[in-house]
Amino acid sequence: MSTTTTTTELVETKKSGGLTAVAANYIDERTSISTAVKELGRKIFPDHWSFLLGEVALYSFVIILLSGSFLTFFFSASMAPVQYDGSYVPLKGVEMSAAMSSSLDISFDIRGGLLMRQVHHWAALLFVAAIGLHMLRIYFTGAFRKPRELNWVIGFILFILAMAEGFTGYSLPDDLLSGNGLRIIDGMVKGIPLVGTWISYLLFGGEFPGEAIVGRLYSLHILLLPAIIVALIAMHLLFVVVHKHTQYPGAGRTNQNVVGYPVLPVYAAKAGGFFFIVFGVVMLMASLFTINPIWNYGPYDPSPVSAGTQPDWYIGFADGALRLIPPGLEFVWLDRTFSFNILIPLVSLGLFILVVLIYPFIEAWVTGDKREHHILDRPRNAPTRTAIGAAGVTFYAALWATASSDIIATHFSVTMEGVIHTMQFLTIVGPFIAFFVAKRVCLALQKKDREIVLHGYESGRIVRLPGGEYIEVHQPIDEYERWKLVSYSDYKPLMIRPNAQGKITTGQKLRAGMSRWFFEDRIEPVGNTELEQSHGDHH
Amino acid sequence: MAKDDNSGKDLAAADSSGVGHEGAPAGTAVVVRDAVGNPGLPPHRPRVTDLDPSAERRAERTVYTLFYLSIVGSVFAIAAYMAFPIVPEDPGSVRTNNLFIGLGLTLALMAIGIGAVHWGKALMFDHEGIDERHPVRGSEETRSRAVEIFQEAGEESGIGRRTLIRNSLIGALIAFPLPAVVLFRGLGPQDDNPAALLSHTMWKKGTRLALDPTGTPIKASDITLGSAFHVIPEGLQDLEHGKLEEKGKAAVLLMRLKPEDLNELPERKGWSYDGIVAYSKICTHVGCPVALYEQQTHHLLCPCHQSQFDVSNHCEVIFGPAKRPLPQLPIAVDSEGYLIAQSDFTEPVGPSFWERH
Repeated sequence: MSTTTTTTELVETKKSGGLTAVAANYIDERTSISTAVKELGRKIFPDHWSFLLGEVALYSFVIILLSGSFLTFFFSASMAPVQYDGSYVPLKGVEMSAAMSSSLDISFDIRGGLLMRQVHHWAALLFVAAIGLHMLRIYFTGAFRKPRELNWVIGFILFILAMAEGFTGYSLPDDLLSGNGLRIIDGMVKGIPLVGTWISYLLFGGEFPGEAIVGRLYSLHILLLPAIIVALIAMHLLFVVVHKHTQYPGAGRTNQNVVGYPVLPVYAAKAGGFFFIVFGVVMLMASLFTINPIWNYGPYDPSPVSAGTQPDWYIGFADGALRLIPPGLEFVWLDRTFSFNILIPLVSLGLFILVVLIYPFIEAWVTGDKREHHILDRPRNAPTRTAIGAAGVTFYAALWATASSDIIATHFSVTMEGVIHTMQFLTIVGPFIAFFVAKRVCLALQKKDREIVLHGYESGRIVRLPGGEYIEVHQPIDEYERWKLVSYSDYKPLMIRPNAQGKITTGQKLRAGMSRWFFEDRIEPVGNTELEQSHGDHH
Repeated sequence: MAKDDNSGKDLAAADSSGVGHEGAPAGTAVVVRDAVGNPGLPPHRPRVTDLDPSAERRAERTVYTLFYLSIVGSVFAIAAYMAFPIVPEDPGSVRTNNLFIGLGLTLALMAIGIGAVHWGKALMFDHEGIDERHPVRGSEETRSRAVEIFQEAGEESGIGRRTLIRNSLIGALIAFPLPAVVLFRGLGPQDDNPAALLSHTMWKKGTRLALDPTGTPIKASDITLGSAFHVIPEGLQDLEHGKLEEKGKAAVLLMRLKPEDLNELPERKGWSYDGIVAYSKICTHVGCPVALYEQQTHHLLCPCHQSQFDVSNHCEVIFGPAKRPLPQLPIAVDSEGYLIAQSDFTEPVGPSFWERH
């Protein structure tokens, strides 16, 4: 940022020939950076709190890189057994892996080491959470529509990679809890038909747990995955620049403009400052709240385990899916074992992920709309999309809550079986209920918007008419507010027409069916005629 | 430019011929012919700091005070590093070290952040700017030139005409990564068969049952009614290599029930000793240790995914995602009264795998 600032000054101070000007000139003659400043320096970004979610994700990733680099200087990614000889008395003399021992040393023998470990872990939890919320924002406002479909895909891959980073990092200290996590992964991998046993064998370098896995996950965690993530983030941001940011509907904003503030100076200050705020909040959490106290768990041992074991939050949905499977779904057939108790969760989660990944293309196919969309939808103005989102969130939330089924059972003194059966019901029926409720709520909100546009808002002033009747005075809203309520794009269900051969193809029928499902319940935006007719209608 | 000339264009452009702005089809989007017009940007509202010079000075003071505070925070963090060292064997010192360095850094970071944002919001020029958008696709001219370039490149290289060159190149490109795939075979030891390894554990005829983790052999007389012991094969603690791998397969739970509570299968009549039974501790679902024993009901619970096994009914699954009962270890007592295994498990322990049958 400092180089770009100095270059802007170049323009003004060239004549005076100060040190800044000389430096700026030196750089520009070797990099042509003035072109970049000219293109990007005054680029306009729109303002909204929800646009900060992606920034939080980006900044937490920077924090993760910074704190993670510090940790690599002390961590030893080896599973060679050593006798612990650090400051933490209860584990003195206990045999453990070098990974666990060095993680304990980071926590107990290096000043600020525990702080950096906790910054790293909290930032990682925040990273995945921020990506998730950012994705929900994109989804519910329709920001994935043309021309941003590919950026949705990139972002979604980043979400998956963030979870992979989280899981590989979680496994590195080789403590009891993370070892059990790996044991579960091993068990799941073994359940995959045909190749599962071999994949597990190769992954762990022999039998579970072996002495290879921590080193291998370390390579993935600090080299391969971060490199891919950095590359994808660069692409993600490049696309944001190419597309220019979306904006919420509002007076003066159109599909052909961007209204907001320039990068220099306003966004440099606000976004730059926001990085420090995010970092500060993570630092505060790391100083006040313990995360992942591996010293309480002890080193990994395949035999002990404590009740209430849980993964980090973002793996919860997968763990929950495993718990929901009813007994008995495993068969021996043709002398081979088919573990449907593993395959059903794997396949359903895979399908769920796939549907989320390709959703933009499904919706584009249903609407047939090939225009660019830069004005965001208010979620209510796309009722079916919002309802699908609500169903997806409910499905995910049910799986996620199931990962705590034992804690729910002990905390509320209910039976384990009761919790599981309830969650099974919620996972399957919950999304349908959520779909229905969300859609009705959206339609009702759209009706309310119409009502406000046509008849004004309730002013709270009650007057008595000469005839004795009491009415509440409705005030018309101003034209700027009104614009937000009337300016949305509306679709109608697709009419099937035979093609050139006079046939109606199955694809056409499917698309028409989907289109009907999406758009048969619709509330039209208010037009001028209607608006004029309603004038004088305000009591 | 945002004032009015674009008003309503977004909606009105979606006419019935299905052509929207930039000539792209609008699909099933509805045309609103009498769409309400865009009123243009609302009038700018000045901030307090624009109107009141004393508010502006106050904001300026706030910003630089915050930046100075940040310096204080950084200095405090450095001082805390020295003032609150980690004292060996004093866990409290770790806590104070963590807390005070962390709070110093928090102040240093937050003050910069809040100061910069406040500067941006309260003092920097706040009139909204407008950028025009252009279609993402390249202009017609650019696109046809791009097509031309590819055509020229195709012509000049002859990749379309010289099919042998093209096809052999594609073949070579497909083949060259394959050796890398083969190299990954080396991730696991070369001559072992995983399915065979999974089918055997360290238990064999005569191995004494020993306490986990001390390795002390267990006498049958030590096992009181209702108790449960975590057991490993004797000698496991002294293994040079593969201790955890063996333990991951050989870990056993030993429980004593009243003999009349045990409902034993006829072919396993001789596998228990006076109500003492030994079962694999590794869950048949995904391999967590089934460590929680409920003494009254004789149920075993896996804490990972809540599979439950009924010890009195040969550890069959009564709830949860697991399918198979926990494998039973046949046990007996040797001449000195120690519990011993009669043999290895008669089936593979732990999670299911493809080759298991």
